Amino acid sequence: MEIPYTFTARPDTGLYNGKLGIWLFLASEVMLFGAIFTAYLFVRLGAEDGTWPDHIQSVPLGFANTCILITSSITMVWAWVALKERKFNTYRVALAITILCGVVFLCIKAKEYRDKYVHFGFFIKEEAMVKYLPELTKLDAFYVAVPSQHAFEVRGHLHEQTANSFVIVPDTNPKYLVDLSKKDAAAPAASESAGGEEQTFTIDKADVGRWGNLLPAYGTYYAIYFLVTGLHALHIIGGIIVMLYFLTIGSRLYKRNPEQLSNRIEVTGIFWHFVDLVWITVFPILYLT
Amino acid sequence: MDALPSNSEAAAVSSHDASSHGHGAHDDHAHGHHELGFLRSYVFSTDHKVIGIQYLWGGLFFLFFGFLLMLLMRWQLAFPGQPLTWVNASNHMMYQAHQILYHLGLMAAAPVDPVPVAADPNDPPLLQLIFGKDQMPGGVMTGDFYNTLGAMHGTIMVFFGIVPVAFAAFGNYVMPLQIGAVDMAFPRLNMSSVILFFASAVLMCSSFLVPGGAAKSGWTSYTPLATIADQPLLITPHFLDLFGFLPVWVTTEVPKYSGNLWGMHLFWWHVGTSFKWPMWLTGQSIWIIAMAFNITSSLLSSVNFITTIVQLRVKGMGWMRMPFFVWSQFVTAFLLLLAFPPLEAAALMQLMDRLAGSSLFSPGGLVVGGAPLVSSGGGTPLLWQHLFWFLGHPEVYVLVLPGLGIITEIIANNSRKPIWGYNQMVYGVMVLGFLSMIVWAHHMYLTGMGTAVSSFFQLTTIIISVPTILILSSLIISLWGGAIRFTSPMLWATAFLPLFGIGGLTGIPLAFNAPDTFLHDSYYIIAHFHYVIAPGTIFALFAGIHYWYPKATGRMMSEFWNKVHFWPTMILMNCVFFPMFLQGMAGMHRRMYDGGATYEMLNKNVLHWNVFISEAAWLMGLAQIPFIINFCFSWKYGRKVSDNPWEATTLEWAAPSPPPHGNFTGPIIAYRGPYEYSVPGQPTDFTPQWEPLPPISKPVRISGPPPEEERNIGFPALG
Repeated sequence: MEIPYTFTARPDTGLYNGKLGIWLFLASEVMLFGAIFTAYLFVRLGAEDGTWPDHIQSVPLGFANTCILITSSITMVWAWVALKERKFNTYRVALAITILCGVVFLCIKAKEYRDKYVHFGFFIKEEAMVKYLPELTKLDAFYVAVPSQHAFEVRGHLHEQTANSFVIVPDTNPKYLVDLSKKDAAAPAASESAGGEEQTFTIDKADVGRWGNLLPAYGTYYAIYFLVTGLHALHIIGGIIVMLYFLTIGSRLYKRNPEQLSNRIEVTGIFWHFVDLVWITVFPILYLT
Repeated sequence: MDALPSNSEAAAVSSHDASSHGHGAHDDHAHGHHELGFLRSYVFSTDHKVIGIQYLWGGLFFLFFGFLLMLLMRWQLAFPGQPLTWVNASNHMMYQAHQILYHLGLMAAAPVDPVPVAADPNDPPLLQLIFGKDQMPGGVMTGDFYNTLGAMHGTIMVFFGIVPVAFAAFGNYVMPLQIGAVDMAFPRLNMSSVILFFASAVLMCSSFLVPGGAAKSGWTSYTPLATIADQPLLITPHFLDLFGFLPVWVTTEVPKYSGNLWGMHLFWWHVGTSFKWPMWLTGQSIWIIAMAFNITSSLLSSVNFITTIVQLRVKGMGWMRMPFFVWSQFVTAFLLLLAFPPLEAAALMQLMDRLAGSSLFSPGGLVVGGAPLVSSGGGTPLLWQHLFWFLGHPEVYVLVLPGLGIITEIIANNSRKPIWGYNQMVYGVMVLGFLSMIVWAHHMYLTGMGTAVSSFFQLTTIIISVPTILILSSLIISLWGGAIRFTSPMLWATAFLPLFGIGGLTGIPLAFNAPDTFLHDSYYIIAHFHYVIAPGTIFALFAGIHYWYPKATGRMMSEFWNKVHFWPTMILMNCVFFPMFLQGMAGMHRRMYDGGATYEMLNKNVLHWNVFISEAAWLMGLAQIPFIINFCFSWKYGRKVSDNPWEATTLEWAAPSPPPHGNFTGPIIAYRGPYEYSVPGQPTDFTPQWEPLPPISKPVRISGPPPEEERNIGFPALG
């Protein structure tokens, strides 16, 4: 029994089975990520004014990851073309570079996750805020009012935790935001003390309502961030596993049926480009806002 | 009956080599001539027919299991708070028998209402032993357990019963045969779908056994109820860290849901004195994980189905020569492909809300158990409802369309007439598929999402009734003037038409915002969608089982036992669901744990139906026994029949029964349309698709309107 059109195209559709299958699968993937982006829109539009975190992500790291994924897409096509031209060694090199790019991407992602894990946010109660305002202003520290929680949010690295206080290195205001949004809220001459080495800042535990590191429980932004990047990372891992297979055991097919192998690489490539495309959507939405 | 292959011949073929039939006479002896072991042939098989039968057995089991859950619920609705024990059940049975005899005048004394007997604490009733003391103490159903049964009944029936049978079983078994394919396009993917399905089913059922019981937030799992359900932390915080090596920050100020929420869920839940259970693995979380498996399984199946239909049609099998069943599977597969992923995303988000403490679906400021729930807030329950119903509504058509496909095949075959309006049915089903994706929010009129949104969905919902009615009308008109044979499948198919019609037409008031406000959340809506799915789709499934049984086994199911199954089921089905319309229109709320007895003053005119409905449901459970016996016994002892016992025209009947690996004994070509019954000039009243066109001189009709002399065949002029 032979299933037709496994590697030759059916004349009237112009497709072999795998290619149609992967496109259909990607259609479902579009709906999967589409639903998450819809959820993003919902929580973004429902967020309180000014409380949606911005400039929380490291744009250089995100940009590096974008470049890495785009590069890997190029090498993926290179691998496919090499197979079509029956250059087996070039194919292996190109595929290895693609895998390497995927691994580097995941490493950078892990670094970003680690940064969130050690980064903390504190909701200082409204009535206590007056105590901290002068010092926060002096440090040019970032803070934002969250009316629904009757609190002000401050973020920073947890330097030390004592029995009744937190010592943090607070995040400072993004430089180009100082002039725009914080002009009236923050006292003038905020920026002179900002340069130089790390300044610590102490908060009494009694003045803090809710606090935690920047994980999904901290806020919906972080929930969406971890959900979408986590799911994307799972896709990257899946792609890497498939490519590792085609680099090693799967490449034996080259001797028997190079055309079928090149089809398989094409299908893998289509998936890989989609994963790339998802990242290109994620990057502006979560990093460049 | 046409030529039956002689037994000796069939035996010779099957003993020769089970795996090489598809190669015909010139079998390649070098490879492909190996016997597959039991595991590879029946458990981890890649053959679409074995997979179809696996889905059928699995799906039928879960249909019955889900039905049993409902029978338990019906006790609580009929006799709220009474212990469900053998004694009480038999007392009620005796009471009803007495009642009947009394009214027939055979007994003089009027029966006395039975007094419920409490269970002996030293001899706990069976149901307490099965479900545990928390769920059914002394046989009395707790409110939580009632909710569990409702949620699991819906989930199991929809996702583990009907979809596996209607879509996966019939689709896998019949669809490749009908398009003349040797197998599905991706056989190994097919196998992984079925493995995922069984994994999800085992997970889902195992959740009955975990502390706290299975999911109890309805099959829709509405948040924020589903987010906080089974979170014992809210009741009794235990600070015992599961992953001790992780640095976990826990605030001391507010013990619940605050500070670093990361550590919150990693605790053991102490059950009793010695038993510990990881707190994050409770009923609702297992529900979500099992659903994620189930969704993935459906997704892979749908990719497989669409690719198979597009790529593996045999020569001559053009799009408009495909049987309508294949069309319905095609559209269904697209619905599953595009509507299921959003639920998968939503399930992941709900899992995050539960396990990582995020608030994607919960607003801030909730109060749980009297204490404020400290969470980040910022989410919205409407988001869950949108994502859920974006799947949930297409899911309705996933349940119904394969049923319509099955019914179409059977009606064409048994009325011995071409289907009336095949083309419009095909276009109708495509429009239906498209529209079903944009009507979901009519389930949400009561949520306060706004009148503008409601108006839009009201409009699309009304429009979708047009293609639905078109398909149903075509089926009814197809009967007109036919030489109808009331075979077993046809009995179910004819019952399907009016009952599905009742289900559909009672949906129209629900499409409108204003009446829906009254009818939603009443028993009316339960009656409505059960009429669509229970006497609708499930009747179609019974019809399909009877119709394709000879193809799958080479044997016929008993017609007599089918009648013993059919008539009680059909009558009792109406006894169960029709009174619910009355109850609903009288305003009886559908989510009452005691069947509305608390509000007896408001429901007093319809409350007595509860007992009637419950008894009808239990009798209907008994009425399924003839089917189970018939189904199992005919597998081995049914009457042997030929390859084409129904004298049908579609390609699956060209294959031997049961079809070997590779399906057809030789190359096959589709020469004509799917329903060429009673074609004038033909020797028989059916002209199979695989029968070559005769070498005739006059022009052969390939497409376009039929020539004048054929136009009114089998169909009296309407004018």
